[in-house]
Amino acid sequence: MEHVLGDKRSVAILVGPALLVYTLVMLVPIIWSLGYTAFEGNAVTGFSFVGMDNLTQLAGDRKVREALGFTLRYAAVITVGQVLLGYGLALLYVFVLRRYSSVVRTLVFFPIVLPTVAVALLFQQMFAIAPRDGLVNSFLNVFGIESVDWFGSGGTSFLVIAIMDIWRSMGFYGVLLYAGLVDIPEEVLESARVDGTRGWKLVRHIVLPLSLPVLVSAIIFSINGTLKVFDSILALTGGGPGTATTPLTIHMFQTSFAYGQYGYGSSIAFLLTLLCLIVTVFIFRASRRDLTKG
Amino acid sequence: MTTVELHTTHGRVGGGRQQRRGARRWRQRFKRWPAHLLVTLLLVVVCYPMVWLLLGSFKTQREFLENSVVALPEQWNFDNYVEAWTTGNFSQYFLNSVTAVGPALLVMLLLGTAAGFALEVLVWKGRNAVLLIFLVGIMVPIQMILLPLFTVYFQTGLTGTLWPLIITYTATGLPLTVFLMATFYRAVPREVFEASTIDGAGIVRSFFSIGLPMMRNALFTVGLVQFFFFWNDLLIALTFTNSGSLRTIQVGLLNFSGQYGTTQYGPLFAAISLNIFGMLVIYLVLNQKVQKGLTAGSVKG
Repeated sequence: MEHVLGDKRSVAILVGPALLVYTLVMLVPIIWSLGYTAFEGNAVTGFSFVGMDNLTQLAGDRKVREALGFTLRYAAVITVGQVLLGYGLALLYVFVLRRYSSVVRTLVFFPIVLPTVAVALLFQQMFAIAPRDGLVNSFLNVFGIESVDWFGSGGTSFLVIAIMDIWRSMGFYGVLLYAGLVDIPEEVLESARVDGTRGWKLVRHIVLPLSLPVLVSAIIFSINGTLKVFDSILALTGGGPGTATTPLTIHMFQTSFAYGQYGYGSSIAFLLTLLCLIVTVFIFRASRRDLTKG
Repeated sequence: MTTVELHTTHGRVGGGRQQRRGARRWRQRFKRWPAHLLVTLLLVVVCYPMVWLLLGSFKTQREFLENSVVALPEQWNFDNYVEAWTTGNFSQYFLNSVTAVGPALLVMLLLGTAAGFALEVLVWKGRNAVLLIFLVGIMVPIQMILLPLFTVYFQTGLTGTLWPLIITYTATGLPLTVFLMATFYRAVPREVFEASTIDGAGIVRSFFSIGLPMMRNALFTVGLVQFFFFWNDLLIALTFTNSGSLRTIQVGLLNFSGQYGTTQYGPLFAAISLNIFGMLVIYLVLNQKVQKGLTAGSVKG
């Protein structure tokens, strides 16, 4: 029977165009970009070969180290926030709201489909101080607290970024993890309840282990997304004040297009790619080990 | 006689049970007030920024400066929207986004579905390898392809057109589309396609006459999810088309904020509103498909 669906010409016609476009526009540029790391210059001025210079420079660059530090801090904080709050929401949907959760799910989910630029500008206005107070500062004033210059320091800027990104995404992770919780067989929960396991103990000993696979995939997805953060921070703080909230992606963008250093920009992009791969593989392996332990 | 008796008995017992159940439900509800408080708080936190935005988009500059947390606008006028749409050039930005995203979506869906079909339904050596090659595209950050593509677009003179966006969106959307479509085809029994090919239709023809139409629902879901990615993209659009007449709606909004940010709040709020509530309407109409598609994209990718 196999030969009926195994005609080579048909395979080529069906998979060929996609593979061609994908190879030309993504695979070749990935290799090409790796090649750029050995050059200096840009598309306008031309290139010159510098060998390993970019990579050695990368290792000792204070700005890159700061950007890397911010990226890791951001990824850690946002991933923990997104997945924890998302898990809390999922538990709320399954165990408290039950069948009535659909409206709440729908409403809490929607911010994820909104354009990040628009959301960032909205939050910029909400946390504004000058020339006029935004929603948050007005609210603080009502309680007799003085307005805070949220974007004036790296710490508070980071706080606003974290609030915004978690606000945007917790509903998405709620639905993602909800799908995992709904898959837990009702009999397992019922027999645990009969044994007298309830509340937090039920979650800790029954629900959590059984939802671990979907939890791990949520964490991997979250880290992968947060390491690549660009739009929301660029639109909210522009990486500032100074470079206090500049992740690798924005640093790479500025190095490449503001300063025209393609080789160095590609080296930063390469560092980012390595980071994504290492983190993903690391979490995947760690979770596999845990899963086999039970 | 018997039926009547049965009926009344049933009614009486049912009523009593209902009363008792009602009382219990009320007690349960009362016991669950912390949960309800939590949910209310949650909905306020999620929705209030939207309400504030919408109210603000109707306010005049003077009202903005006498700011307040809850005040309604004195008058509901659409001046800010008109200002943003015409003077702020959002009609042009909107058109640019449609022109870039529309063709990219169509081509990506067609190519991606054909490839997904070939990878899942057809039997050939090396399909796992090809699937793995597509997986690379999901893992590697877009930053890795920006500079080489910019060089090519610059040297071929395409940077003055919307082609770089159409091409780049099509390619970057392919990996996820191929994966999702392959997953959807996995649920279809192979016999369906075997039968149609034996009838002499040929595999390619049977894909177009049966394989593609069968995926109407999946195409819509995947297309919708990719639409959100393309429409909301800033990085690719900012890199390849940062000149006035080519700006997409996101790049336009970012620039608009730079020009108007601290001087004219009304038009800025209207511009943000246009972006946010447009998406919100699409989402509310199609929310089941959006939720399904977005979460499928993340777990399987």
